[in-house]
Amino acid sequence: MSISRRRFLGWLGAAGVGTTLGRSAHAAGNTHFAGHPDALGVLFDATRCIGCRKCEEACNRVNELPAPPKPFSDLAVLERPRRTDAKTYTVVNRYENVPGAKGPLYRKIQCNHCLEPACASACFVSAFAKNPNGAVTYDESVCVGCRYCMIACPFEIPTYEYDKAFTPRVMKCTFCQPRLVKGQLPGCVEICPAEALTFGQRRNLLKIARERIGLFPDRYIDHIYGETEMGGTAWLTISGVPFRDLGMREDLGTTPAPELTKGALSVVPVVAAMWPVLLTGVYAINQRRDKIAREEKAAAVAAAVAQAQAEAKAKLTEAMAKAEKDKKAAIDKEVKKALEEAAKAQPSAAAPAAAPEKKPS
Amino acid sequence: MPVRKIVIEKPALTPFNVVAGIIVVVGLVITVIRFTQGLGATTNLSDYNPWGIWIGFDLLVGVALAAGGYVTSAACYIFGLKRFHSAVRPAILTGFLGYALVVLALHYDVGRPWRLPYPFIVQSGTTSLLFEVAACVALYLTVLFIEFTPAALEWLGLKRARSIVVKLTLVLTIFGVVLSTLHQSSLGALFLIAPSKLHPLWYSPYLALYFFVSSIVAGLSMVIFEGSLAHKHFHDKMDAEHLREADGVALSFAKAASWVLAGYFIMKVIGIAQTNAWGHLGSGYGLWFLVEMVGFVMLPCYFYAIGAREKNLTIIRRTAVWTVLGIVVNRFNVGLIAFNYHLPSSERYFPHWMEIGISVFVVTIGILAYKFIVTHMPILYAHPDYDAH
Repeated sequence: MSISRRRFLGWLGAAGVGTTLGRSAHAAGNTHFAGHPDALGVLFDATRCIGCRKCEEACNRVNELPAPPKPFSDLAVLERPRRTDAKTYTVVNRYENVPGAKGPLYRKIQCNHCLEPACASACFVSAFAKNPNGAVTYDESVCVGCRYCMIACPFEIPTYEYDKAFTPRVMKCTFCQPRLVKGQLPGCVEICPAEALTFGQRRNLLKIARERIGLFPDRYIDHIYGETEMGGTAWLTISGVPFRDLGMREDLGTTPAPELTKGALSVVPVVAAMWPVLLTGVYAINQRRDKIAREEKAAAVAAAVAQAQAEAKAKLTEAMAKAEKDKKAAIDKEVKKALEEAAKAQPSAAAPAAAPEKKPS
Repeated sequence: MPVRKIVIEKPALTPFNVVAGIIVVVGLVITVIRFTQGLGATTNLSDYNPWGIWIGFDLLVGVALAAGGYVTSAACYIFGLKRFHSAVRPAILTGFLGYALVVLALHYDVGRPWRLPYPFIVQSGTTSLLFEVAACVALYLTVLFIEFTPAALEWLGLKRARSIVVKLTLVLTIFGVVLSTLHQSSLGALFLIAPSKLHPLWYSPYLALYFFVSSIVAGLSMVIFEGSLAHKHFHDKMDAEHLREADGVALSFAKAASWVLAGYFIMKVIGIAQTNAWGHLGSGYGLWFLVEMVGFVMLPCYFYAIGAREKNLTIIRRTAVWTVLGIVVNRFNVGLIAFNYHLPSSERYFPHWMEIGISVFVVTIGILAYKFIVTHMPILYAHPDYDAH
């Protein structure tokens, strides 16, 4: 067996990509969530869609949404790109003059029911739930109306009832969850006359999609949109033209939304645990520094006082000694003076003064 | 303590009072429309643009500019810079008012404001960064309220209660820094979940760090800015300590802000290198990014340094206003201007006049509350009956 240079480089590349993917997927722990087993999904085949808007009509009916201003049979609305809104869970857009396409192309837009939904990760009251059957559902009874889900959703699906003053809700496709649990098909899938929508278990849909791409490699782009986008979605799309030509973003990456905020959230316990310790430490160090400064100051003052006192004492002693000396000198002087005066008086007073000494015994 | 004479005067028709009065009346009218007709009647929000200036300005800018409280109290009580003591009370007051107004403004923005406590009492979404923001803002508002109470209690003459609160100063300060670190950063981290919507020059894994570090700059600059305003309008309320320390506070804070801005600039450059977003610098957004980085980060950094070196308070005060504007520019860029950059201009957001009206109304309420409090409570002076804490 010979290995071509191209094949070898391919393996090398796959190994390189494999290691990086493996590392990021397992960064949180040793588990990798690949979706609920047996979860359902829908495969949308853009090569089959004829833009009849029947799915929009069925969606409107089964979800009991308000009637639109123009009837669903009016295809003139396709002239402008539309998006989901508070009264519309799904829309079909038309794309004209796409290079490589013979006629206009159509794409159905609705919630893609991510495997790890950004809306559910972002909701601060957990109003969104990823059900084991694949549907991402919303509980209006807890919703505060912060609309962070709408910021978070990479597919720009959730919408808001801005016109309601008291009970505004987030509105989005429910995958017809109430029908799924009854064993019925989603409204749009059931009605599609062109078999553009295939309903089933997601893992089977991936096989079907690969089969179609494999059987008709000239008809399809070799990519299943939603297999890995944002960590994977329950709704999958295959197309004959690049997905960006159908208004789909190709720069979403494969990272599930919760991974994007994981790092920031993991910092919380670190800050909560480390900051008080560090800050108390800084406080304690400053207190101690102040205390030592105070003590050193006190010691310096004491030393200075002691020195001053010692100097004063020395001076005093000196002064005292001097005073003593002066005093002594003065006394001596006085004594001397007295003696001298006494000596001067000697000639007259000496005899009688000495007389008693010579007293006969 | 002596009984204070309360003189009730008829409010004079000064230009300030007239303008404030008009704003309050208009604000109240819009409030009625907002809560009876809904968000659709008062805002330009759409399904593409769920967050407008009530988040971009009132929340993101409001929280950043209220950072003076934690910055100043941490400097004074934790880092032991006692010469900033007279700046703590005004900073705590403006922080408290800032956060109170952020929470007030959120009542306008969310669809069902009476459910705002739901994340804590009904069902918690702990995987959400907004939960972290909500929890920290709620707790920090409480902390700021307690930190503010000594002034109110001195005013009311409640000595015992005041002495209990004063003993908590250090714990409250540390708790305040922890909570501020968390929610200032998570306001930036809110946008981490939407890499496909925020322009690559502003989207970065470091968003949380950027918001935290720039909040320090915002806090320092707001203390300088508010200080200069207070000196202009409430000079007679200041005691000798405040007047003696004020210039030193401005000089030291200017020096600190210059250093932090320099660090922030370097972090931003590293962020661009990390996501390799250099190629975007040549686009229109790139030009705007350079305006932000050079005009509102690098130049304020330089002029703060000059002001601190020359001890020139005029330069410092002007730079403080400039830096505050820079924070507004940055938060607007992340929340509104560079957000949804991929959408055609017809789908982009521009605020409704009533949204601007409510934002101006909220700021006006803050100024009026500040005015009332500093003219009645010992904020800019130490109460003669109490020791400093």
